Amino acid sequence: MSLQPLSTAAEKATGEDGSPSGPAPRTGKPVGNARLRRAVRENLVAYLFLAAGVLCFALFSWYPIVRGVLLGFQQVNFSEPARWVGLDNFRRLVDDPLFLTAWQNTGYFTLLALVFGFAAPFATAVILNELRHGRSYLRMTVYLPVMLPPIVTMLLWRQFYDPGPGLFNNVLEVFQLPAQQWLESENLAMVSLVLVSTWANMGTTTLIYLAALGGIPGELYEAAELDGASIRQRLWHVTIPQMRFILMITLLLQVIGTMQVFVEPFVLTGGGPDDATVTVLLLLYRYAFVYNDFGLASAMSTLLFVVLGLFSVVYLRLTRSKG
Amino acid sequence: MAAETPVRTLIAPAEMTRRTGRFLYRFVLVATLTGFTIAFVFPLYWMTTGAVKSSSELADPNPSLFPESWHPESYTDAWTNVGLGHFFLNTLVLALGAWLTQLLVDVSAAYALSKLRPLLGNVVLGMMLATLMLPVSALLVPTYLTVVDVPLFHVNLINTPFAIWLPAAANAFNIFILKRFFDQIPAELLDSARIDGAGTLRVLVSVVLPLSRPVLAVVSIFAVVGVWKDFLWPMLVLPDEAKQPITVALNRLSEFMPANQLLAGMVMASIPLLALFLVFQRHIIAGLTAGSLKG
Repeated sequence: MSLQPLSTAAEKATGEDGSPSGPAPRTGKPVGNARLRRAVRENLVAYLFLAAGVLCFALFSWYPIVRGVLLGFQQVNFSEPARWVGLDNFRRLVDDPLFLTAWQNTGYFTLLALVFGFAAPFATAVILNELRHGRSYLRMTVYLPVMLPPIVTMLLWRQFYDPGPGLFNNVLEVFQLPAQQWLESENLAMVSLVLVSTWANMGTTTLIYLAALGGIPGELYEAAELDGASIRQRLWHVTIPQMRFILMITLLLQVIGTMQVFVEPFVLTGGGPDDATVTVLLLLYRYAFVYNDFGLASAMSTLLFVVLGLFSVVYLRLTRSKG
Repeated sequence: MAAETPVRTLIAPAEMTRRTGRFLYRFVLVATLTGFTIAFVFPLYWMTTGAVKSSSELADPNPSLFPESWHPESYTDAWTNVGLGHFFLNTLVLALGAWLTQLLVDVSAAYALSKLRPLLGNVVLGMMLATLMLPVSALLVPTYLTVVDVPLFHVNLINTPFAIWLPAAANAFNIFILKRFFDQIPAELLDSARIDGAGTLRVLVSVVLPLSRPVLAVVSIFAVVGVWKDFLWPMLVLPDEAKQPITVALNRLSEFMPANQLLAGMVMASIPLLALFLVFQRHIIAGLTAGSLKG
């Protein structure tokens, strides 16, 4: 619904260039009844084509949205009909000592993911954009991890992180650095998860940045150079301002994406050590599919939705004002 | 792979040709090439060759770069003895089915919204696009409960492939890019086909679809890749172990399998996607930027 202005704008655009040819071919002028009948038939045909899509959306998207909110205020299990419990679920959530931990951990993960996942792709894209050789190879390799099934990535990195024969500790040993308990250490576990996540996902962001960098007009750099700007000054006063919009967009998308982190802690740490990597979605998963408490899980989803909704609203505002 | 058309970027061509510039350029180039190869290609190499190492070699605290002895049979063992072949085929069925359903449902919906333009079509489109704004995970629980007991029809889709296929078809992104592409097809073309006596379906199949190959390729690739990579949803809706895709099976079996066979299974789960990527690189990268930089 909120995207309405966007679609009506598209509507107008096509309507305008379609109008000279649109009504013309209709020869003769069907009057009254005939025209109405024709309009009804055309609409029926159109809805026939739309039916499967609307049904899929209604069943698996629109209905679950409404139901998800309602479920948060209900007690649900498979044996008896759902019962309204008001704010009970939310109260129980707040009482769960893990609730706060999960949000803190998720916030920490998101923050770390931004530090790594924001700087790394940007620096990579700026460097790739300057290189005149091997560009397609580099572009391809940075995107390779994105194509791996996440579960494969996690299982592979679990071996790398292995404190015994794991690759990472071997590399540290070569540089005479102390071996680490990557996933088993309370301080390092979350950092380890962020590292995998960044490795797996930075390809997408890098390629988006690369496309945006290609769109910066060269004259801007030339003008800045004539004014005596050094490379660093050009980066700061030309590249970054020109990229500001896309940087904002990826920042928001990344926050929305990383707040929903699940596979990494689920496969690599299971939430441990000592609950240091229990994230919101992992806790939600436990509520729903381990304890079968769908009401509690839905209350958690509702909260997650509200928090992420704020970021979505900002995202929408930005894209709309720009687009 | 030599210089592409020279576009002015951050660093001036003059700065590049200066002595220090040339040296720095070479240094950065070599560093990037090796860095990327180590960071992004080496893990794949490690996975593929690790699978043919012997178990004792894999457990050695000093890992070897090249396999000392070759055991390609871990691949066949993983495929037949562990039964990963079966799970691989499950994934194939899930991915192909999701691909077909998505094309069928989303193409006809986009065609209706773009060319047939029914009453309230824009409201429907708006409601579809609004779902893009929702975080997937917020819908996990209610969608799961819906799949357990589909409203109106009262069927239970758990342990059937429809639990994967049908929710995947409710894909607003597909409908969005398909509709945008269909919008560019001139109305005259459709009108003349109609004057020649083509019906609504015929116009779609013989005029619109042949013109839409690039966008159909993008939608197809994303459909297959999406289902192939998925883990959480199939784990929830396909609890029957015999019906699980390879991603879910790998995670479940990872504790019990010998390391080399697990690695072989991971290679199997990745190869179709990597092959797809190498063949359709251009489409995938184009679709990626199309999806993120709307307008």
